[in-house]
Amino acid sequence: MNLLREVIDQYINRSGFFLEAFIEHIELSAMAIILVTLIGVPIGIIMSRYPKIAPPILSFVNFLWTIPVIAFFGIMISVLGLSTLNALFALLIYGLLPIVRNTYVGIMEVDKSIIEAGKGMGSTKWQLLFQIELPLALPVIIAGFRNMAVMTISFAAIASFIGVGGLGKAIWRGISLNNLSMTIAGSILIAALAIAVDLSLGYIEKRVLLRVQGRTKGGIVNE
Amino acid sequence: MIEISFKNIKKIYPGEKIALDDLNLEIKKGEFLTVIGPSGCGKTTLLKMINGLVMPTQGELLIHGKNIKDIDIIALRRKIGYVIQQIGLFPHLNIEKNISYVLKIMGVEEDKRRKRAEELLSLVGLEKETLEMYPRELSGGQQQRIGVIRALAADPPIILMDEPFGAIDEITRKTLQDELLKLQERLKKTIVFITHDIEEAMKLGDRIALINKGKLEQIASSKEMFLILELLL
Repeated sequence: MNLLREVIDQYINRSGFFLEAFIEHIELSAMAIILVTLIGVPIGIIMSRYPKIAPPILSFVNFLWTIPVIAFFGIMISVLGLSTLNALFALLIYGLLPIVRNTYVGIMEVDKSIIEAGKGMGSTKWQLLFQIELPLALPVIIAGFRNMAVMTISFAAIASFIGVGGLGKAIWRGISLNNLSMTIAGSILIAALAIAVDLSLGYIEKRVLLRVQGRTKGGIVNE
Repeated sequence: MIEISFKNIKKIYPGEKIALDDLNLEIKKGEFLTVIGPSGCGKTTLLKMINGLVMPTQGELLIHGKNIKDIDIIALRRKIGYVIQQIGLFPHLNIEKNISYVLKIMGVEEDKRRKRAEELLSLVGLEKETLEMYPRELSGGQQQRIGVIRALAADPPIILMDEPFGAIDEITRKTLQDELLKLQERLKKTIVFITHDIEEAMKLGDRIALINKGKLEQIASSKEMFLILELLL
């Protein structure tokens, strides 16, 4: 109970510091999430147009994903130095896998008979992609986005270790000052942010899924 | 007048056996041709060649006298209705948008599309409220009725049907066949209808083509075919 008191005291006594770190954290994560989406979704779409190049690309983003985060930041510091760019780059590398994979798989898993009907009716490639394939793949793409967003928020804590700011700062400072309550206070905020984003994206994912399946009301539907 | 003409058509899928072998077939304007044969005989390949989903390896396929290789495939497909066994309605679009999809990609205005969808819906005796519903909310038979009128949306001269009633229960199938015959009486489209059900082929077709192992074995009017079968059996 003492620890809980101390954590609460942290929030009260250093509210300015935590607020600033919290905002920095959101800024960094949001930038990374937008960047990953802008790069990852087109890669996934291109892979679905040329399925032959998909396996090597998937293996590559998978490989990037398996590099230990700390090791990667360490290497990147020597290349890009201590900068926001460095942190963004690292978050991009880790975020790519879920979004690329889900965009690709989502499009590839659209029912072949629906694609054939769309094609046979005279859709151009772009019409097929934007009117049929992407809308139907959307729930899977959002699931990947959700995965990536939560991961980015938690990884952004480690980004603070290379001096970019964010809630990782509190964790880092807590560790070096041997101040447990500060570390916990920072961690709780990151976890809360991640959970809030996860829940709201989960809600959107569900809504989109129902929409795409054409279930307007929650009532009885024919299978 | 000849609408579709297959001349010495051969189709070989890479690494597979011959799907169509030196096939010659002429389909007249306004005729209802049923194509029958065992599974894997090449009948679906034949059908998909007409809307360019499959290209011939050898030979010439003429549509309205023009070689399919010289035709803009996208424009051609918009003038050919296509109905498949899996129905393939778009689950994320309501019935109105499903029916008028071709019109939309052709750039027809919204209120004209709506009007056309209503018009078509009345052809198959479905309520106007159906327009706002989604494919999932309809029964299999209703879904395929939508599948059929969706193919009619741009008023195409040719309709291709690939075992459209194959996955539908016996009783509904009979109704759908009757409805299709009635529609055809009014619309006089050129219909190519694939089936593996001889009864269905005889009931619907003005002529029946029998395909086996990629070859056209027999083509005859339903009356002639009836006599041929009687002699054989």
